[in-house]
Amino acid sequence: MRSRKINITPYFLVAPAFLIMLGVVFVPVAKAILMSFQNYDLRRPNSLKFIGIGNFIEIFHDPLFWDAFVRTLLWVGFGVGLQFLFGFILALILNQKFSGRGIVRAVSLIPWCTPGVLIGLMWRWIYDGNYGVLNDILIRLHIIDEKVPFLAQTNTAFPSVIATIVWQGIPFFALMILAGLQGVSQEMYEAADVDGASRFQKLFKITVPSIKNTIFITLLLRIIWVANSVDLIMNMTEGGPAYSTQTLSIYIFNKANVLNMGYAAAISLILTLMLSLAAVPYLRKRFKEEKV
Amino acid sequence: MSRNKDTMARRIFSIYLPLSALMLFLLFPFYWTFITSIKPESELYGSVVTYWPQHATFASYIKLFGEFNFLKSMTNSFVVAASSTVVSLLVSMLAAYAFSRYRFKGRKLLMIIFLTNNMFPTVLLLIPLYTIMRSLSILYTPLALVLAYTTFTIPFSVWLLNGYMNDLPQSLEEAALIDGANRFYAFIKIVLPVLVPCLIATGVYIFMTAWNEYTFAVMFTNESNRTIPVALKNLIGQLGVQWDLLTAGGIITIIPVCVMFFFAQRRLVEGLTAGAEKG
Repeated sequence: MRSRKINITPYFLVAPAFLIMLGVVFVPVAKAILMSFQNYDLRRPNSLKFIGIGNFIEIFHDPLFWDAFVRTLLWVGFGVGLQFLFGFILALILNQKFSGRGIVRAVSLIPWCTPGVLIGLMWRWIYDGNYGVLNDILIRLHIIDEKVPFLAQTNTAFPSVIATIVWQGIPFFALMILAGLQGVSQEMYEAADVDGASRFQKLFKITVPSIKNTIFITLLLRIIWVANSVDLIMNMTEGGPAYSTQTLSIYIFNKANVLNMGYAAAISLILTLMLSLAAVPYLRKRFKEEKV
Repeated sequence: MSRNKDTMARRIFSIYLPLSALMLFLLFPFYWTFITSIKPESELYGSVVTYWPQHATFASYIKLFGEFNFLKSMTNSFVVAASSTVVSLLVSMLAAYAFSRYRFKGRKLLMIIFLTNNMFPTVLLLIPLYTIMRSLSILYTPLALVLAYTTFTIPFSVWLLNGYMNDLPQSLEEAALIDGANRFYAFIKIVLPVLVPCLIATGVYIFMTAWNEYTFAVMFTNESNRTIPVALKNLIGQLGVQWDLLTAGGIITIIPVCVMFFFAQRRLVEGLTAGAEKG
């Protein structure tokens, strides 16, 4: 506390950002909430009226919604889980000294700065059933006998898009975890060596506990980004074939595309509620730290 | 000598083998994208997949900038990304400074509001923003995209810059304040110069997300102002999928952001993990 008088300076400083947020986030969110209680269908703009929780009741009985709901959990669980695993491995490697480390670190970043659209389209070309290079490689290695249309079959499409989001997320995890690893004190490892600890003991007893906050923040950010991601699946399969890659974000986008805005808004509110559950522990932590 | 051999074998298994596998996985798609972009059509859709083009050609690049006027999309993307960067950096810097250096009523609530904004799905905002922008008749203008992008660039930048500023000691400005300088002067002369690298890192990140964004762009642009991601997507469907043009466009798109990002990434990660491992 600098003075007892109310200082208006901080309010002035926050005002511009706050006003923009008010216009582009709070007003739209309020509008989305309002829309979710209406049969807001832009194909029939004249019959617009409030229908109470009608949309939510319909969603509750919509098999496509439950289908997309479960698929979102799998998408986030496998997608983020595998990114974390491979990102962690890459970070552990990059944390050791070897020649060419700088270059490796630099080029491994490229997937992070590639647009989602391009990632989707690149991989769509790799997975292509006729001219795709993945089919060619797998045939040459005698893993498959004939070409597989990866994105056109219901049983291969979803694993294929998950592999793509994993590919995209590895660099982010690797760099974040690497930053954490570089802050772990060497003395603890030396002490563990004296006690004759194994590599795995050191990993799980020293490394992981020391960087748990970094892991936490990275997981949180990625869960939100992956759950919300539209561009990747949209450019690979548009949610198909036969809805087999339709996550909630894609379902909402498809509903909005056919201008059924009320229904789309209602589903997106449900998705937001799911994601805010992930945010609660983060906010708690952030403010707890400040008090120290 | 035998000890040396042992560590060498160990290094191969703990570093070089897994590293090569991961690098192959991460980089092969880019190699393939580039190779595709310089293949003539006969080789692209031939019966044999070639791993190096027999007749390399840059025809797709020429066609991309000629017939498809890719430069126009690049200019559109640049205008949107640069404006988003300037607007977001300016307002976020002020807000982050207030959160870091002042204790005021409502601070906690405001911070929660800014931080939780990261959680809102793009698709939640997409629908109402579309109808709002249509009624304000700014749909299909660059302004629509710049405003839409602030929905995620401002919360993210406030968070990042707040992290950087909390790591700067208060004593930095306090000396100047004691000497009678006002806060504004202390900020401009003392805090800002220290903060420049962090501002650049944050700016690069904002630029990159705006340059790469697709979901808002596909709804809020039309033919005359569409950005790169939408233009790339539009290469599909006009005359079937034109993979040579598409991959050429992709290569052109990622080069500038990758170069910028390469220089900014280290500090960006520092900001994201700022204060993470304290206590």
